[in-house]
Amino acid sequence: MTEIIKKPFNVREIREEFPALRQEIYGKNLIYFDNGATSQKPQIVLNAINKFYSKENANIHRGVHFMSQKATTEFEEARKQIQHFINARKAEEIIFTKGTTDGINLVASSYGELLTAGDEILITAMEHHSNIVPWQMLCQRKGLILRVAPINFKGELIIEEFDKLLSKKTKLLAITHISNTLGTINPVKELTQKAHAVGAKVLLDGAQSIQHMKIDVKDLDCDFYVFSSHKLFGPTGIGVLYGKEDLLDRMPPYQGGGDMISRVTFEHTSYNELPFKFEAGTPHIAGGICLGTSVGFLNSIDLDGAQKHEAELTKYAEHLLDTFEGLHIIGEAKNKTSVISFTVDGIHPFDIGTLLDKQGIAVRTGHHCTQPLMDFYKIPGTTRASFAFYNTKEEIDLFVEALEKSINMLK
Amino acid sequence: MAILLTIQEKQDEIVSEFEVFDDWMEKYEYLIDLGKDLPLIQEELKTEERLIEGCQSRVWLNADFNDGKMQFSADSEAIITKGIIGLLIRVLNDEHPETILKTDLKFISDIGLQEHLSPTRANGLNGMIKKMKMEALKYIQH
Ligand SMILES: Cc1ncc(COP(=O)(O)O)c(C=O)c1O
Repeated sequence: MTEIIKKPFNVREIREEFPALRQEIYGKNLIYFDNGATSQKPQIVLNAINKFYSKENANIHRGVHFMSQKATTEFEEARKQIQHFINARKAEEIIFTKGTTDGINLVASSYGELLTAGDEILITAMEHHSNIVPWQMLCQRKGLILRVAPINFKGELIIEEFDKLLSKKTKLLAITHISNTLGTINPVKELTQKAHAVGAKVLLDGAQSIQHMKIDVKDLDCDFYVFSSHKLFGPTGIGVLYGKEDLLDRMPPYQGGGDMISRVTFEHTSYNELPFKFEAGTPHIAGGICLGTSVGFLNSIDLDGAQKHEAELTKYAEHLLDTFEGLHIIGEAKNKTSVISFTVDGIHPFDIGTLLDKQGIAVRTGHHCTQPLMDFYKIPGTTRASFAFYNTKEEIDLFVEALEKSINMLK
Repeated sequence: MAILLTIQEKQDEIVSEFEVFDDWMEKYEYLIDLGKDLPLIQEELKTEERLIEGCQSRVWLNADFNDGKMQFSADSEAIITKGIIGLLIRVLNDEHPETILKTDLKFISDIGLQEHLSPTRANGLNGMIKKMKMEALKYIQH
């Protein structure tokens, strides 16, 4: 296969693609540092959304007419694009969901049906509520046991403790690839090998990794990988569950309805094959197609260069924040992405977030849907700046200046 | 002796104070100063029952009833929140419960506070007002 030579990454050019970045908030140029929560959308995705609803809107998988067939083809093409993007073996292994949370709930409900009382599910202390609560609910329903692998103060998994918690009873390791609060990149390939060695399956929460690194599910060898389109520069309301085909085949359907059946009588229903078995009802058609557009956009840019740029931004910001008295960065793992969570002595994160907002800077404050992690650090929350490849060093300079002003006002 | 202002005069006073400021950074600066002057609730009164629901930072409110009038004290982990509740206390302190219940807190919209708060904070503001009115309601029957 020949590699297409791509233009080297250029942040000025990339920014041109994202109209939402060109606006003023309270009379200040917007600085968008809340990419961990959701990313902005490139023009090509916006155009695709507009085009779908203007010209191509039709239901899929059931029409004889031209538009329905065209929409079906595009939706299935998007599935294939996503398959190649994460290097899955087959398009059938790509299940469209509402997002990360929905994907995890699907696995908890369906794979959960294969488990019996006394089986164990292993998660970690840095999980998002979406990768905690569905397992708690499953454990309650089926009498399973939830184990939590602890972390150290830098925000890294303690591997020796993890090893101790993994046993023949472990049926599933459900772990975040990258922590949304700390930025920690977990050594998921190595952990997957360990889990497989005791016969456990592995679900990776890819909500924060899909947009920051090349994902190869074959190489990672995970059994499930879930992510949300909206954090990958695509529309909200759509996401993906990747699952290994043989495992998905063995799992019962999640929801019943149209599309997921092959034959229905009042006495008996037989189910459709993959991936449709897990896609009951009319899916988010425009969402799926436009997620495909977003993936196409990412394929067209120099992602290695983009990642290098993100790493530089993070290093630059951390370096500047280091000079602030009383500021503590929460999450100092050796291996981390472009997420900087911090606290400032004597100042509530909500106050910092409010004053930054009034200066045109969007950050997130609070517990970031990781309350157990806040309990571990004994803090009510953090202020979190999370960068995407379209952010710049100049924006970080302005952010640091605004932060200094805010802290001085609040002291 | 300080001149006693009516509840409407107190509101008007706040509105004219805020009119001086050009932008919201200045208004917040003022709110932060107000937060620093908040009549603080005693530490031992920071109980579960005195917590106000709907705030992103924790806010406690205590109400007392003396000589037919209400007195409030409060605290919060966030200073801007303290400033906001400080404004409410300034208006509602030393008023009869009946007055508190029937007063339209017009100064909030007049200074544009509600629109300039994040939805979570606006929610918290509503929670504060509700709690203060509920406290006043307790003393109406007496
Ligand atoms: C690590 C992690 N897991 C799960 C989620 C949930 O994603 P969504 O709300 O798109 O389902 C998020 C998003 O906030 C996340 O960061």
